[in-house]
Amino acid sequence: MSTLDDHSKEIPEDTAGGATAAQSPEEKIKKQDNGPGGPIILFFILGLFASLIVGWIIFPKLLYSQKKQPIDFNHAFHVAEVENGCESCHFFRKDGTFSGAPKLEQCIDCHEEIQGVDPDEIKFVEEYVSKGREVPWLIYSKQPDCVFFSHAAHIKGADMECVACHGHIGESESLKVYEENRITGYSRDIWGKSIGGFKKNTWDRMKMDDCADCHQKNYAIIEKTGVKTPTKRFVDHMIEVVSPGSSISGKGTSVQTERDACFVCHK
Amino acid sequence: MKHNKAQKFGMVIDLDKCTGCGSCMVACMSENNVPFRKDESDKFLSITWMRVYRLTNGKPFPNTDICYLPRPCMQCAGQHEGHSPCVSVCPAIATDYSTETGIVSQIYTRCFGCRYCMASCPYHARYFNWWDPIWPDGMEKYLSPNVSPRMRGVVEKCSFCFHRYQLAKEKAFMEGRRNIEENEYQTACTQACPAGAVTFGDLNNPDHAVYNLVKPDHKHSGRPTNPHAFRLLERLGTNPKVYYLSSRKWVRQVGDNYLKNEAKVKKPVHHG
Repeated sequence: MSTLDDHSKEIPEDTAGGATAAQSPEEKIKKQDNGPGGPIILFFILGLFASLIVGWIIFPKLLYSQKKQPIDFNHAFHVAEVENGCESCHFFRKDGTFSGAPKLEQCIDCHEEIQGVDPDEIKFVEEYVSKGREVPWLIYSKQPDCVFFSHAAHIKGADMECVACHGHIGESESLKVYEENRITGYSRDIWGKSIGGFKKNTWDRMKMDDCADCHQKNYAIIEKTGVKTPTKRFVDHMIEVVSPGSSISGKGTSVQTERDACFVCHK
Repeated sequence: MKHNKAQKFGMVIDLDKCTGCGSCMVACMSENNVPFRKDESDKFLSITWMRVYRLTNGKPFPNTDICYLPRPCMQCAGQHEGHSPCVSVCPAIATDYSTETGIVSQIYTRCFGCRYCMASCPYHARYFNWWDPIWPDGMEKYLSPNVSPRMRGVVEKCSFCFHRYQLAKEKAFMEGRRNIEENEYQTACTQACPAGAVTFGDLNNPDHAVYNLVKPDHKHSGRPTNPHAFRLLERLGTNPKVYYLSSRKWVRQVGDNYLKNEAKVKKPVHHG
């Protein structure tokens, strides 16, 4: 520690000395360096805090507009009522495509007439069911147009749970506020609640990186060895020549990246 | 998907059957949301993933002969799999070769429009979007939701209707299968061709029609046993997955650049 301190003391002295030697007529500079150091550091620290507050609190507030869903929905209540869990309303069509948010057609089975005293249900029946209008739900997980996501591949093919990506929305009693990114127009759930991009659970974000989190695990061999360098490529090639097929298991279908080809999820 | 054996989707186009009607071009444009402009008279600027060319034998009247040649993306595999001309030059990994399907992909959101791939493609199969697409009023509603429309400044090309493969896979997952049937994945041009000139399928699968049309002769480094089969510019070594069939010799020769005195050479050139 002491040596470190010595060094830190020495360096400014050297630079200050050099500066005066080079610019001997302007001795004011030297005076400024020695004089109001405390206020400058304080100013710097205050500035740092101010920018942190702007960046971490004010900017996200400005970035996202808050939108309310047209009517509130109690997932927990409905999941208890239906037999088949999420798939009762968010179902697969016969051709493997996913229905997404239910249409009036599905709700109407039960909600042809007002069932209870809930003001949201009354609003739903009066404004949408009786008028035959679809509810303009704001979709939290809506992805850009260039993304192809196959629910069938994940739920049927890989036996994944809805929770893995969507979180415990099925246990929620009311719909949360839809926060729309004013620049991109996407929901905040895509970037994630944390503006710094940190996440604890698999469902905290829905960016491409989050898809990659799982998809890279499938190619553990590549993951372990990290980035493809020319040497690495050569070694892989030699392994491939000596025993063909042995390294394939760790490879994706993409020739460029040796992971999953972009075309798997893009369209 | 490591469980799947590698597929190699390819197309066989019978030029004896092609009438040059252009149904494939129309079907392709509407299937893939291909943009067009008010004035399409300058064909160098129009985007046609599938384009029908007219070939002539260049002889005067009584002997003149015409052949129409539809040209999708050739989905070149290159000398070793994936060394397609365009894939090897792309600096953005916007175009890629999938060993699962053998299809050369184009990711529009990754492409930044340097157009190296266009320069490297010997088939002129790649097109650049000089303008943002402008759809006539109300036409957005007729766009296919399965294909994302392109923006200005990116390159696009035929994808062998890859979205149809994605949908076929989805159906297969739904039914607990891993592999898709031949009829589940067909391109729009194949289905639109009224003459049945276009055949599409997996060149690796002996059950598929394309395999039997251009059955590889392993004694001759995989060249089709069918003597009428040829590929465009084969001698460049691009190893395309689109085969053409023609009973006319001059058509087969137009398919590649032969020197005048070379035309007598009968021996076909071998390429894997």
